Amino acid sequence: MKILKMVGVLALLACAIIFPQVFTDPTVTTIGVFTLIFAAVATGWNILGGYSGYISLGHIAYFGIGAYAMAIFCLHWNIPGGYEPFSLVPLAAVIAAVVSIPLGWIALRVRRHTFIVITIAMFFIMQLLAYNLIWLTNGSTGLGLPLPVSWGGYFYNYPFYYAALILLVIATLVSWWIRNSKFGLGLLAIRDDEDRALGLGVKTGASKLAAFVIAAFFAGAAGAIYAYFVESIYPATIFDPNFDVAVVLMVFLGGLGTLPGPILGALILEPLQQYLNLQYGEAGYNLIILGGIFLLVMLLLPRGILPTLQDMWTKYRSMREQESPLQAEGGIVITALPGVGRSTAGRAESAPTAIAPNQNEPGEGINV
Amino acid sequence: MSLLETQGVTKAFGGIQALNSCSISVEQGSITGLIGPNGSGKTTLFNVMTGYERVDGGQIRFEGRAITNASPDKVFRLGMGRTFQLTRVFPRLTVLENMHVAAQRNDLKGLFSRWSSTHEQRRALELLDFVGLTKHKNLPAGNLSYGQKKLLEFAFVLIAEPRVILLDEPAGGVNPTMINYLTSRIRALNERGVTFLIVEHNMEFVMGLCSRIMVMHRGTKIAEGTPVEVRANPAVLEAYLGD
Repeated sequence: MKILKMVGVLALLACAIIFPQVFTDPTVTTIGVFTLIFAAVATGWNILGGYSGYISLGHIAYFGIGAYAMAIFCLHWNIPGGYEPFSLVPLAAVIAAVVSIPLGWIALRVRRHTFIVITIAMFFIMQLLAYNLIWLTNGSTGLGLPLPVSWGGYFYNYPFYYAALILLVIATLVSWWIRNSKFGLGLLAIRDDEDRALGLGVKTGASKLAAFVIAAFFAGAAGAIYAYFVESIYPATIFDPNFDVAVVLMVFLGGLGTLPGPILGALILEPLQQYLNLQYGEAGYNLIILGGIFLLVMLLLPRGILPTLQDMWTKYRSMREQESPLQAEGGIVITALPGVGRSTAGRAESAPTAIAPNQNEPGEGINV
Repeated sequence: MSLLETQGVTKAFGGIQALNSCSISVEQGSITGLIGPNGSGKTTLFNVMTGYERVDGGQIRFEGRAITNASPDKVFRLGMGRTFQLTRVFPRLTVLENMHVAAQRNDLKGLFSRWSSTHEQRRALELLDFVGLTKHKNLPAGNLSYGQKKLLEFAFVLIAEPRVILLDEPAGGVNPTMINYLTSRIRALNERGVTFLIVEHNMEFVMGLCSRIMVMHRGTKIAEGTPVEVRANPAVLEAYLGD
């Protein structure tokens, strides 16, 4: 089973690598670049929103900071177009992460709805700063990035495509590693019951902040690649609230808190958005159609694609199990009590103890 | 020796004096019961002792160390575990994952390595076996029955090997067979040196299990003694039946 999974993942990765070589049309590869960039943002965001349950509607602020850091570094150091700007992506990501530390520390003092509102507010503060810190950001005139003049034709998108793919792979590995770590388990516990987790020794404050900063790091890295790809950035196009909503919807569509969910969501949503933009953008129908699709998703798959499929699979399996007559069960009967050890001197435990049949309450575990 | 004690602890919620100069002392190795009418401050006392509420005044000591207003994670790591009146497990984590949340690791390396280390896994399975939940280990904890959730909460508190466990109404809403089972588990642990402080309304359960009983009324301790002594105390009857 494990090997099968590994093979599947490698096959998917191979598809992603070959994709631009097969579909060389720049229109298609451009959509590919955007999709991978937003898949990376969504995967990083899921570490915060999906694992710890803190829904940030402002993480595009760090995307923007990464983008602006990239542009400012390139201008300041006179970096020519080519492969060099990619080496600044980690630096831009670190800048975004560092900025996110004090902001996260403040925002994470509150929970749920208040947290969401605070993150939105912080996003707009960042946008305003981009407009008004003219000495740094050039205000609404925007900033230009170096042009890779030697790249031409269908090749132009390749470096961006593979840079974004590498970022997505790293984000996915980090997400997988966190999901299996003690730190990640602490985040999941915070999602379910933060105060209870604190009372069991989980360092909730530090864990939440770490998740917040990791999400900001990947948003910043993605923003840097994005900025270099689109060549000129403006406060309105980089600090775009639509991006925020898009990223969160990608995660919700694919499956909040699952490892492949954000990627699946991005793979569906981003190309769809781009396609609708191209086909119906002029008449303005694109957003209406997108809205309609969301309504359908909310009605039919409120928990996201992957969790819904998983539920269906579990139901199917338990139905098959119920058909076999051997599975009828009463209660748990405990005759021996291992693990108690030393104390067996005529206590109540010498008698077999029966526990009442398990009364499953379906749906109780689902409290999204 | 007194393992856990409060001295003149006071706590008010607005105009309501939940704890009024409350002083109690729990002996090392005992199973102590804490009873009292509704609203007498039992749960508030638990909350201030475990760091969930701040006190307005007074001192709390655990093993001689002042833990007044310490945070819940610190109190837990010092060796004081608790369960809640309305059982609190992590509903979307599996039973086994629930067990691992409370397993302590303090170094950074430990935090970033796999949560299911061999040693902890063995301990978690052992404890699940101890409370009879082994067969449900891969079920989301939210799917367990009420009584099973109580057992799970009890088990995951145990994984950190606390020296004292505070149980808030462990028998509330649980069927009699399960209560007997829980009694046997508490006794078994107590023989291994774990101290218990138990809030409970089920008198049969408390009187049968506890060696010492403290009675609270209007935010302060009004009586203390063996079950027989407490039952005969007129102040206790008055508190329960009204003045």
